[in-house]
Amino acid sequence: MSLDFKPGAFDFFRDETFRESFTYRNSNPLRFPFPFDRDDYMYSVNMEPHVPGRKGTAFEHILDVDEHYVAEMIDRAKVLADDPLRCQSLPHMTLAGWDLLELIMEAKARDYPQWFSLTKNGNRWHWVNRPLGIEQSFTFLDESTLPYGPFEYITRQTQGDFSLQDERDNDLWMDAGMITSQADWSLDFDIGMSFMEWHAPVPLAHEKGVFDRALKFLLKLQHGAPVRRFNWTMTVNPLLDTAPETYPKWGPTKTTLTQENLGAKQHLRVELQSLYRLPRSNAIAFDIRCYLCSFEQIVTVPKWARRLHRVVRDLPDELAAYKGFLRNRPAMVEWLSKYDDGAPTSPGWWPDD
Amino acid sequence: MLTPVTPTIRSRPVYAPLEPRPGRLHLMVADGEGADALIELLAKANNRSEILSSAHVIYAPGPNGTDRSDVLKALGLRQFFRAPTIPALLPRLVRVLADAHMGTQFYLAGTEGLIGQAEREIMATGFPMGAIQKEHRGSTVRRVQCVHCKGITENVATDPFKCSHCGLNLFVRDHYSRRIAAFQGVNIDAEDPGQVPEPVVRFK
Amino acid sequence: MSGGAKLRVRVDSVTPVNDLIKRFRFVALDGSDLPAFSGGAHTVVEMDDHGTRRLNPYSLMSSPADRSAYEISVRRDDQGRGGSLFMHRHVTPGMEMTLSYPVNLFPLDTRARKHLMIAGGIGITPFLAQIAQLDQFGGRFELHYAARSRVLGAYMDRLTAAHPSQVHCYFDEENQAIDLSRLLATQPIGTHLYVCGPKGMINWVLSSAEAMGWPRLALHHEEFLAPGTGLPFEVQLAASGKTITVGTTQSLLEAMEAAGVDAPYLCRGGACGQCETNVHKCDGKILHRDHWLSPEEHAANAKIMPCVSRFEGKTLVIDR
Repeated sequence: MSLDFKPGAFDFFRDETFRESFTYRNSNPLRFPFPFDRDDYMYSVNMEPHVPGRKGTAFEHILDVDEHYVAEMIDRAKVLADDPLRCQSLPHMTLAGWDLLELIMEAKARDYPQWFSLTKNGNRWHWVNRPLGIEQSFTFLDESTLPYGPFEYITRQTQGDFSLQDERDNDLWMDAGMITSQADWSLDFDIGMSFMEWHAPVPLAHEKGVFDRALKFLLKLQHGAPVRRFNWTMTVNPLLDTAPETYPKWGPTKTTLTQENLGAKQHLRVELQSLYRLPRSNAIAFDIRCYLCSFEQIVTVPKWARRLHRVVRDLPDELAAYKGFLRNRPAMVEWLSKYDDGAPTSPGWWPDD
Repeated sequence: MLTPVTPTIRSRPVYAPLEPRPGRLHLMVADGEGADALIELLAKANNRSEILSSAHVIYAPGPNGTDRSDVLKALGLRQFFRAPTIPALLPRLVRVLADAHMGTQFYLAGTEGLIGQAEREIMATGFPMGAIQKEHRGSTVRRVQCVHCKGITENVATDPFKCSHCGLNLFVRDHYSRRIAAFQGVNIDAEDPGQVPEPVVRFK
Repeated sequence: MSGGAKLRVRVDSVTPVNDLIKRFRFVALDGSDLPAFSGGAHTVVEMDDHGTRRLNPYSLMSSPADRSAYEISVRRDDQGRGGSLFMHRHVTPGMEMTLSYPVNLFPLDTRARKHLMIAGGIGITPFLAQIAQLDQFGGRFELHYAARSRVLGAYMDRLTAAHPSQVHCYFDEENQAIDLSRLLATQPIGTHLYVCGPKGMINWVLSSAEAMGWPRLALHHEEFLAPGTGLPFEVQLAASGKTITVGTTQSLLEAMEAAGVDAPYLCRGGACGQCETNVHKCDGKILHRDHWLSPEEHAANAKIMPCVSRFEGKTLVIDR
């Protein structure tokens, strides 16, 4: 696989960037998974079954392949070329990597047959990824037949960050990860940590018992019954790779916001997190899929405009600081207030028809 | 006395006084004031002579110069080894682990740098981390990894400090990686280059 | 959903292994591959025993690499509540049955330098799948397997043929016993121990290992409890507003299900924690029989595991 995929091979995939020129856009903002189902926000476990949902939304299939697919994969390849430590798998996690490869290939071939195909003859598998121009014959469970380990191979072709949790001693240990579109956390530092350890820096939620409940829930997660939840943060510019490693590069952009450029530059960053029990390894795959939408695109939906203003305005300082936008909150609230007429909003996150 | 740790976030290691446990080999790794923790451990044991006759102590002076090797040597241990520094101590530990058996008890005592690096070698054998006893004694200087360049600076005393590898000004988090055996250092003036607060001595 | 995702299967074959044990082979009803699983996993088999619904957990013993079928072995328990008797007497090739998706409460720690396995009797079944997994992906192991007699040593032939230097067999009838203290003293650091068998054997192995300085975190065991029998008792279900009576050979979980109350479960053997239920009022004594709650939780009587635990006394009100 090289860096010169051709986004033009299918009209569907946008030719766009997540760096320098920042040409990323959503063709249809209504497709964006807006994460707030009410006018305020507090950490909660908020898990629900991860089942296919409404047609034409990010929930239609369990693995959403959208118009940004090819551009995101080009961006990931660039991140890995700069810093290979963004993808790591501890030695005992290879089998879990195969589990994930099987899950992703089967789902994509089933849900997007126009772009992906998987044919099996016993353990001899043939995989075609047309958008990325990849064709690969390999032996399932034999690492020597793939150009990368199974985990890296498949996550170089799949939107979303992934981590694999090994279950031991009534805990989940994050022992592998492909992390290139993260909300400011370091895989290289956190790999090998327990569930509580890698969530340690999150404020307020531990005291409320959120992670104790989440861990208890996930330890009982069953194969065949995946779950999902939302998380969110804020990013200046549509930058996927907000890693602590490169913070000195992107941190200064937080000081560039003005009332004139805020609508275009400030993005709501949503993580649609889905969790799967893997069959052969008994590990849990954690898919952290990042969606970005500029404030000016969000406010085209009146309900979302009102609600985003209220959430950002009323969020506790600790959370705004943890999410890295405390310094810009006043400017964001000022900008958003112009789109909030104070009218009540309907429950749930779907836009009003 | 055990060095107290102010509870902060859940990735920050916590420590407890060493307790005698049954075992066929008692492997004790310590630096500096950690020697006192071993002495108190032996004083607590009702089978002191049995533990002494199956104890192997691997010791280095602390980063502050504290060296109790004479006291340890006088205990009558089955085996005692003094290394001048932690890096010089680790190959000995790895060699001992290579043919150790289950039924070995591990006791780590001293600075967090010593504890973390010894723990990492023991965990590499597949031995459960939760069964390794650890007591923090003496200096609180930290081993810190720069999250940007990945270089590790030993014996960090001030916050913020300058990364000894890339030169960035880093603040010291309580977030700790067992795999790296280090705390995390993050650039403090990334958003406002040049605005670095005056360093304060936080770790002694 | 109670019990999680389900699999519809057909009984492909029933094979007597010895006087007490039969092996059952299941294939997917629609002929497709069954889900892959990890060594040590179990499935819950649903039985319709002439109107009584029975759900029993059994370890999967077939190779995890083989998705064409699942195999379990069932030891007949003439004194039990009837699940194993139903399997032995009434389950025949061609029958359609429902299984739960595999769940693993007894996995290998794949970081271990070596796996030391100790099996007693029918406790051999999870090890068969684990050994098949280690065969495929590598991993050092040693199995010590005790049975009452040569005749009752199920699968010893195939194990010793495939792994002559790793498998060691012992027979009570011939006064052979595992030399546990020698075994526990000679394992390389980083070894994990796994034991599955009768309660007495599990206790013997775990307490010996702990006394010799093995950390609890390196010791793994699996013991499914049969719900057991007892005196009938009455329970008020606060959330559904029902009062039910639990019969002598019925579990509280089964009685709730029979009353149409949807209660969560996975293992039905007191091990997984899924059915944990809050107790609103307890005027009497809860007979805790699970491995899930801590001794403190047992003493507090604020929680009950309806899959195995019972009650004696005046009033029990639970949150279902």
